[in-house]
Amino acid sequence: MPVKDYIRERFFPHIWCSGCGHGTVLNVLIRVIERLGLNKSDIVIVSGIGCSSRIAGYLDFHTMHTLHGRALAFATGIKLNRPELNVIVPMGDGDALAIGGNHFIHAARRNIDITAIVMNNRIYGMTGGQYSPLSGYGIFASTAPYSSVDQSFDVAELAAAAGATFVARSTTYHVNEAAQMIQKAILHKGFSVVEIMSQCPTYFGRKNRQGDAVDMLKYMRDTTTPIGSGAKGQNPELIERGVFVNKELPEYCSAYDEVIRHAMEGR
Amino acid sequence: MGGNLKFVQGNEACVEGALYAGLDFFAGYPITPSTEIAELLASRLPKTGAKFIQMEDEIASICALIGASLTGCKVMTATSGPGFSLIQEGLGYAIMAEIPCVIVNVQRGGPSTGIPTRVHQGDVNQARWGTHGDHAIVALTASNHQDVFAMTVEAFNIAETYRTPVVLLFDEVIGHMRERLVLPEHGEIAMVERLKTSVKEGVDYHPYLPREDGRLPMSDFGGVHRYNVTGLYHDMWGFPSDDSDVVDGLLRHLMDKIENQAAHFPKYREFYTEDADCLFISYGSAARSARHVVERRRRLGERFGLLELQTLWPFPHDIVKEKTAGARYIVVVEMNTGQICQSVRLAVSRPERVFLANRIDGVLITPTDIQRVIRLIYGKGF
Repeated sequence: MPVKDYIRERFFPHIWCSGCGHGTVLNVLIRVIERLGLNKSDIVIVSGIGCSSRIAGYLDFHTMHTLHGRALAFATGIKLNRPELNVIVPMGDGDALAIGGNHFIHAARRNIDITAIVMNNRIYGMTGGQYSPLSGYGIFASTAPYSSVDQSFDVAELAAAAGATFVARSTTYHVNEAAQMIQKAILHKGFSVVEIMSQCPTYFGRKNRQGDAVDMLKYMRDTTTPIGSGAKGQNPELIERGVFVNKELPEYCSAYDEVIRHAMEGR
Repeated sequence: MGGNLKFVQGNEACVEGALYAGLDFFAGYPITPSTEIAELLASRLPKTGAKFIQMEDEIASICALIGASLTGCKVMTATSGPGFSLIQEGLGYAIMAEIPCVIVNVQRGGPSTGIPTRVHQGDVNQARWGTHGDHAIVALTASNHQDVFAMTVEAFNIAETYRTPVVLLFDEVIGHMRERLVLPEHGEIAMVERLKTSVKEGVDYHPYLPREDGRLPMSDFGGVHRYNVTGLYHDMWGFPSDDSDVVDGLLRHLMDKIENQAAHFPKYREFYTEDADCLFISYGSAARSARHVVERRRRLGERFGLLELQTLWPFPHDIVKEKTAGARYIVVVEMNTGQICQSVRLAVSRPERVFLANRIDGVLITPTDIQRVIRLIYGKGF
């Protein structure tokens, strides 16, 4: 199917700034869903609040634009009651990991079969460029005019520690790789997290003198490397891309079906 | 009959009511004094193939409920004061997105952590105005276990009829006290099932286009109609809009469906209201003490009466106005600093005849406490 068959043209043009990486993620997501041949009515997109979260409304699936940080909790209620649906949760970094940090770790811990896509542009875009938990030390933002003294953390490490059974990272520069990661995540049975490093030229780029969108894409190309590459050995500062975790553990909905079976048998 | 007779806590009566109503999904977080509801449902729900989940907090609980409701489930959570505060965010979403759900608040003393194991009725106005923005809400309460059961069933019916969250405001005494409960037979109480859209696959379905009667037929997530749900002001497709006509129309719809329609059917009980010289207005466990005083006074030939409110919100102005018309004194009996008393004063003519008999120390108000107020009103000899 052509891409336009997956979107709600009625609701375009989208709200994203020119050069924003979120449109790339939308494109990648649609192509993965097409490649997998998923039925549009079998997909639920649940998003929170922020630039990234508007992705839900543009897609012609069952879509839910929820509360800031809470998307995974809404998604849990949907998935547990309709386990046959593919539930995908696109989130921003602030949405997923500041206000939604607790929901994020507990969704990971439960290993419920939901795919979380963290579109990490290291800034709050919709409210005008405040620092996020992933901005990191020394970053300029509208709420860090003298540069941020907050440390960031690594989404992939957090997700792995919290119990996610599939964890991967890519960037909006590496679109084919990003597509592979999202595809694997959707096919994975269990809680999957894909961090897609994304560019916000309007706020992050401008405030941190990273140039325009193309410059920022090149920056992501030059500061990342595949997991286990030789380059990482020579330059430990490089951010690794690829699949960090891919393991099997009891999936939450299936495990609860066992609870129902035990309860019905009176045990 | 024997098999249907139980001796239970109020929290268990609520569980029985929810199961009778067809509860499919419960999400909650442990909190005193509501925890028994979660514990009992963790055991009971999977026996019928329904589902229970303990979430990471009450914020997540209400969100999970809303998601589950969209898949077609009848849903409920149960909490108490601090948890009810956390629920306000999701409650507003359920109001805006018009998602049927039932939220039980077994009230304890507040503010803050307050007094977890003791009774208060301090969340009455929080139920009305706890979530931000202009909105309408339905809140029900009960003073005995048979009514806890009935109001729980009613809450599900109202939630489904009006596509709205419904708050059940019980209190610690009702939640933990044990008394008899007779379970009605299946079919004895009429149930409202969700109104599903008749729009066929391939035809444009408008999830937020009310029918002529104001109702909005739903389509389950996972069904043939794919639509958007949002907490933003939205058009008939559920897509965000800041068009002033859309914003105005939606807010009026959200208010009207409760204030003009649901308000037509307030639930209440009345005892000797027709000729009452002194009319008590009370609810929840406080109403038990008020009724005790009324019965005793009537035995002495004195014209006391009780209007026991079961619908607290939308506030039953008309009923209160009508029932208080002939009373010389109106005494609101409640366990807070006068939350319903305030609404009563607004509803009645000559509000100077409205008095408050309350107790706010975490102890159930007693008939003696109420008698003291009567003595103040009527003078010595009472």
